Amino acid sequence: MSNERILAELAEIVNEVVGLSANEVQPDRHLRDDLDIDSLSMVEIMVAIEEKFGVATPDELAAELETVAAVIAHIESNSPVGVA
Amino acid sequence: MRTYGQRRVVITGQGVVTPVGLSVQSFWEALLAGRSGVGPITSFDTSELPVKIAGEVTGFDPLEYMARTVSRRIDKYAQFAVAAAMQAMEDSKLVIDDANTHRVGILIGSGYGPTALVQSGTLTLDGKGHRGLAPWLSAATSIDCAAGEIALKLGATGPSGAVSTACASGTSAVGEAMRMIQRGDVDAVIAGGADNSITSFDIGSTAMSRALSRRNDDPQRASRPFDKERDGFVMAAGAGALVLEDARSAERRGAPILAEVVGYGATSDAYHPTAPHPEGLGARRAMQLALDDASVAASDIDHINAHGTSTVLNDRTEAAAIRRVFGDHAPNIPISGVKSMTGHMIGAAGAVELIATVQALLTGWVPPTINCDDPEDTGLNFVPHRPQEHDVKVAMSNSFGFAGHNATLVVRRYEP
Repeated sequence: MSNERILAELAEIVNEVVGLSANEVQPDRHLRDDLDIDSLSMVEIMVAIEEKFGVATPDELAAELETVAAVIAHIESNSPVGVA
Repeated sequence: MRTYGQRRVVITGQGVVTPVGLSVQSFWEALLAGRSGVGPITSFDTSELPVKIAGEVTGFDPLEYMARTVSRRIDKYAQFAVAAAMQAMEDSKLVIDDANTHRVGILIGSGYGPTALVQSGTLTLDGKGHRGLAPWLSAATSIDCAAGEIALKLGATGPSGAVSTACASGTSAVGEAMRMIQRGDVDAVIAGGADNSITSFDIGSTAMSRALSRRNDDPQRASRPFDKERDGFVMAAGAGALVLEDARSAERRGAPILAEVVGYGATSDAYHPTAPHPEGLGARRAMQLALDDASVAASDIDHINAHGTSTVLNDRTEAAAIRRVFGDHAPNIPISGVKSMTGHMIGAAGAVELIATVQALLTGWVPPTINCDDPEDTGLNFVPHRPQEHDVKVAMSNSFGFAGHNATLVVRRYEP
């Protein structure tokens, strides 16, 4: 899956959880400082990512994901082949 | 006699979310116009249920009061509470800052709490397992959630929490808040009640208890306190909040003082899970304790906002209890049953009805009991159909809950 596709899907998830419009979700944005995603929202987003991409995120790893780009890289490198 | 110190407690702000109005002004106008907020339930499918009517809150937009990140994480009962609290704070002009934050408490009553979230969470658990449960549900499905959200939003760091005494919760919250100020724990409390128990579970279970009206074909005439044809209460949703303050603090900051809370009485029937004591022993004692606490005689009471649920048992017992407590004076007292219009907002009812009582003090009008066409006790003045003009200086508001929780408040026109 292309990074653009992942970004678009991720933006949709973030929109659902914290209500930000999709164009605010850009790779260089910091999840907490720029997008106001707190620890509870992060759990929700990670559960949604698992459902959508089949990528599980242990809590320790989630705590290290600080930017949108880091989340995309995490999904991209762990996504099972063929997941639409 | 005044049993709790010398501090006087006043009301400086009020806010409501109700089936008949989303502000104190629109709520009060609706009451004086005798407008019912009861209708067919629209928020879920009632085809399988014996009760299909309720007093739903319509036209409420939580985003007027809170960010979407907050509103999506809390039950509607808590959204209503936050909204009512924000209205009350705006009304009172109380500013919470570093100097007073630890002297401001929050006490929000609720009978059932976030039942819609509990119900949907349980269904999710059944369908998707625990990973389907949102991480915020743990906090949001607790009865103290509303109080916590309000404290968070206002930055109030005094004691905060919930009071749960079924249908008396809102009244209990105000009464206990009054004590917190009298004891000197805090100088101000945002107190009130909220409930949104209009779910298939709440309606189904309460219908099974035989407490709800089944007048599905005539919703606006279903809630008829003290009328012979009453057949149960109508479930409703809403919230009421009041800013209670130490009178001196309120005067010092030049606050608008709406009324003084002078008496509180609380008792238990210890008789039955849902039915009131047949002789209204607990209710009578609550009223008498509130009068004693206020240092006023029964003959001083100018108006009663009754619990008046429209159940056969409550209304009969309450009317008899009023007669016992007030004796020869009882027929002189205009007794309003505003649940005839709002339905029964459970934990919100006591707070909202206290606000109606304060409005009666302020305006000299007492709201009507609509649908009271043929009162069971013909000797009492239930203010049928239309509001009445009365010079109300001292008034009482009653709330009697399932499990035999009774709570009564007495308010007085404020004189420095």
